[in-house]
Amino acid sequence: MTERPLPAITPETRHFWEGTRSGELRLQKCGACNQVYFPPRPFCPRCASVAVEVFRASGRASLYSYVIHHRPVPGFVPPYSIAVVQLEEGPRMMTNIVDVAQTPETLQLDMPLEVVFERMTDEISLPLFRPARSAA
Amino acid sequence: MKPGSIAIVGAAETTELGVIPNMSQIQLHADCALNAMRDAGLKSSDIDGLACAGEIPTNVAHYLGIVPQWVDGTAVGGCSFMLHVRHATAAISAGLCKTVLITHGESGRSRIGALPRTIVPASLQGQFEAPFGIMGPPTMFTIPVLRYLKTYGVTQEQLAMVAVVQREWAAKNPRAMMKDPITVDDVLSSRMIAYPFRLFMCCLVTDGGGALILTSAERVRDFPQKPVYILGSGESVETPMISQMEDFTSSRAFRVAGKRAFESAGIRHADVDHLMIYDAFAHLPIYGLEDLGFVGRGEGAAFIAERNTAPGGKLPLNTNGGGLSYTHTGMYGMFALQESVRQVRGTAPAQVKDVQVAVCHGVGGMFSASGTIVMADRRP
Repeated sequence: MTERPLPAITPETRHFWEGTRSGELRLQKCGACNQVYFPPRPFCPRCASVAVEVFRASGRASLYSYVIHHRPVPGFVPPYSIAVVQLEEGPRMMTNIVDVAQTPETLQLDMPLEVVFERMTDEISLPLFRPARSAA
Repeated sequence: MKPGSIAIVGAAETTELGVIPNMSQIQLHADCALNAMRDAGLKSSDIDGLACAGEIPTNVAHYLGIVPQWVDGTAVGGCSFMLHVRHATAAISAGLCKTVLITHGESGRSRIGALPRTIVPASLQGQFEAPFGIMGPPTMFTIPVLRYLKTYGVTQEQLAMVAVVQREWAAKNPRAMMKDPITVDDVLSSRMIAYPFRLFMCCLVTDGGGALILTSAERVRDFPQKPVYILGSGESVETPMISQMEDFTSSRAFRVAGKRAFESAGIRHADVDHLMIYDAFAHLPIYGLEDLGFVGRGEGAAFIAERNTAPGGKLPLNTNGGGLSYTHTGMYGMFALQESVRQVRGTAPAQVKDVQVAVCHGVGGMFSASGTIVMADRRP
């Protein structure tokens, strides 16, 4: 395999990947306890309510933690960051930080980020993050 | 289960350790199992309970000619064997079986008869982590660490000291793969793997295995070795995705398993003479010391850097050299248990004086699971 691995969509995650394809980052929120959560599930992982709704997140995040990988991986040019970002709405997600040098000096923890969508196939666009260009 | 009512009466590793290109994974299970049976003076027909990970119990039972009445195939990564010990103590106490064999064998380096390592693309990890360039534990287990370093002002030099101190222990162990002394500079100039992790902060990749035999403490006089009693245990799991770990500076699974182990054993930290903390990477002993409560949050790195866990220190830790310098097949937890048993028996290469209580703490996956076992040289 020479390409980066892509997700296989499941019934429970379809809304998320339909969202990224149309340029939206979608999260879920519990109608009973207001918990915002990720990754997708058709029930609340905190209180087990099934009264959950999908909503469009702001796409704003901050850099929570990361590594800069230096070894070859199919579909990537090392060194590249593998990051976990803290979304404005609360959940964290794994991603890559793009449009910035992949160095410890440029990748500062807690720096503001914004989502961009990288189209991989007709079906899959991945949510990546870049340094925020607009004021939060 | 009453503390001390179950004992380890057989323990052994594979005859060879490190690079074993002439043995398949199932044979590694068998090699250490036969060694452990010899250690305990038992035959396959004496074993009526079997637990293993990596291979399913069916494979190991058939290969060894065991007819089990109880099996446990719990597979939560490298601490699976801590969970097997815990489950075996419960099973023996409940009368489900009398004599349990626990095996680990892994051709992690030579990959002879090893299972493929794949992430299912439809799994949550396959959908929400795999597309971002993760490639094995060095790219995942390490992700929380920059957050930890920033939160507590810990330096990369302190992180490097974990590897330096463990190499000092390994130097005393003829079976350790890496025995030459190293300095902080050596660690910080070794090859960059995944910033901030360099080669010497990452575990070895080896072939090997280990096996344990447990039975009721009432029967220990029937066995040739000094018995090692199980005082208490704990287990937990958190998440298969490192990105979804609740707190990047502390493992929930560690805290849950550790607390339960100490409580069930009825021990305090001051009672612990010897400690093993599964070290797949240099930060693991730091998180482990803190999450088990030996030191406060943020104090683990300084505790190690100040040589408290080094040879001659007050809390001997990872005295076989650990996954960083002794061996690491992929599921190292069995080797941590083996070293705890040796230390309580008094037969370790780097023997700590008068070990009465030993704590052995394991991790599975990338902070995904945990198991903690408390052992003692006598019944309470």
